[in-house]
Amino acid sequence: MTGQLDQLFVSLKQWLVSFLPQAAQPMAGILLSISAIIGAFATMFAITTIMERKILGRIQNRLGPNRVGPFGLLQPAADGIKMLTKEDIVPFAADKLVHFLAPVVLIIPVALALAMIPYGRNMTAVDLDAGILFFFAVGSATELSVFMAGWSSQNKYSLVGAMRAIAQMISYEMPLVLSTVSVLMMAGTLSLPLIVQAQSGYIYEILPRWNVFTPWGLAGFVLFMIAATAESNRAPFDLPEAESEIIAGYLTEYSGFKYALFFMAEYWGLFAVSGLAVTLFLGGWNAPFPFLQWVPSWAWFFAKLGTIIFGFIWVRGTLPRLRLDQLMNFAWKFLLPMSLINIVVTAMWHFSRVFQFVGAREMRWVLCALVLAIPYFFLGRALGEGRPAKRNYKFAE
Amino acid sequence: MDSQLTQYIPILILLLVAIGAAAGMLIASVALGRWANRGRLQNRAKNQNINTPYECGMIAVGEGNTRLSVKFYLVAMLFILFDIEVVFMYPWAVVYRDMLKTNGPVILGSMVSFLGILFIGYIYALKKKAFDWKS
Repeated sequence: MTGQLDQLFVSLKQWLVSFLPQAAQPMAGILLSISAIIGAFATMFAITTIMERKILGRIQNRLGPNRVGPFGLLQPAADGIKMLTKEDIVPFAADKLVHFLAPVVLIIPVALALAMIPYGRNMTAVDLDAGILFFFAVGSATELSVFMAGWSSQNKYSLVGAMRAIAQMISYEMPLVLSTVSVLMMAGTLSLPLIVQAQSGYIYEILPRWNVFTPWGLAGFVLFMIAATAESNRAPFDLPEAESEIIAGYLTEYSGFKYALFFMAEYWGLFAVSGLAVTLFLGGWNAPFPFLQWVPSWAWFFAKLGTIIFGFIWVRGTLPRLRLDQLMNFAWKFLLPMSLINIVVTAMWHFSRVFQFVGAREMRWVLCALVLAIPYFFLGRALGEGRPAKRNYKFAE
Repeated sequence: MDSQLTQYIPILILLLVAIGAAAGMLIASVALGRWANRGRLQNRAKNQNINTPYECGMIAVGEGNTRLSVKFYLVAMLFILFDIEVVFMYPWAVVYRDMLKTNGPVILGSMVSFLGILFIGYIYALKKKAFDWKS
């Protein structure tokens, strides 16, 4: 029974495909899984927008949207209809073709990246040997679209927003990619389903063998999540769209459904990079405890994905926006050296496997944590601007 | 067909589906927007101000493509330098564990020396204040 539930979507696909002639079956199978991914993530985008507004409302001590439908749950549908029927405004100075193509160009790489991720046991739409490499290769293409949008709008704010976005995205791509190198070193493969498989099994029959429960995995996960936040332009790294400084950045001249497409692509990028974090560090579709293995694998994947997205929303509601020089310093002077040190720590963890005495595991933990903590302390101090000068309040005492 | 290439066919299909979906939605929205605003659009012929670049309600000043800080280009150059390094690291990371058993000193020494040279370059860029945005 549990096996059937686990393979529900796989057998459903096989059953649907079996009606077709033999020659068309592989093609139809691919089309089915692709449309399932696009449909599922379009729905998830709608759910995430409403949940984000609700949660942000709660954080800011207000109710959030609650007028359309029960508890405001139909708000995404209303927003979609509104966006669809909006007049499409293109500035007269704009490069019309590039202005039109920019949102299309943004959708393609994120859709391709989403197809790489293993959503459950035997549930990878496109199983490439070099899946993670392909993920980052298409992920970099989003910068092209951002620059197309900023340049073609012929608006100062768009251009400044696009330049900021590109500077930020390429600066944070380095720690993002480097923090995954340690996972590859230990897994020895570039294929995402195989990386998930390497994390199955349990230590002492109870603790999951996920990468996040090793010192290099924990540090890598934190580095990866910080870089992913910046890469998907979310608060506190939302300088490209800093609405209080540069209107809406590269989205300034976009209205109606083009704006909605940008918005959707941004959320899809967030899902893709969160899905990659789940795959690399949180054990993919593996259950956290052996006695919970009866829950279907895809349910575990989406539970973990939802948790990470909730974390993103929480961070957005909590932290203020960074300044541009702080942002750049953080990427180049802190995250980049730390992710390189993390690779050294991975090698250390691997070599210290020769110690087999009682408590060796704990000793290796302390050793690796120290190697990470000392540079963390000194790099953090070098980055800081010291204590702020004491302020004198004349009227606000 | 070569099996190495067959695994990329789904990518091609997905590419076409994504292009079709995005372009289709955009064209549909342009057409729907025209239809939904047909009454307003007829009066629009006189007033073209809606199509001017948005600048908080003021008439736009100067060119759209202004000059930008050279720091942006510096970041792009640094990115290329350090991204090449990642390209070298990926294949190294994949074979790391297998080669460690047979050829340990080679695989460790090569990456340590490569990272050492890179680190000197990083220190140089740091001392030249290439990473500093305040100037």
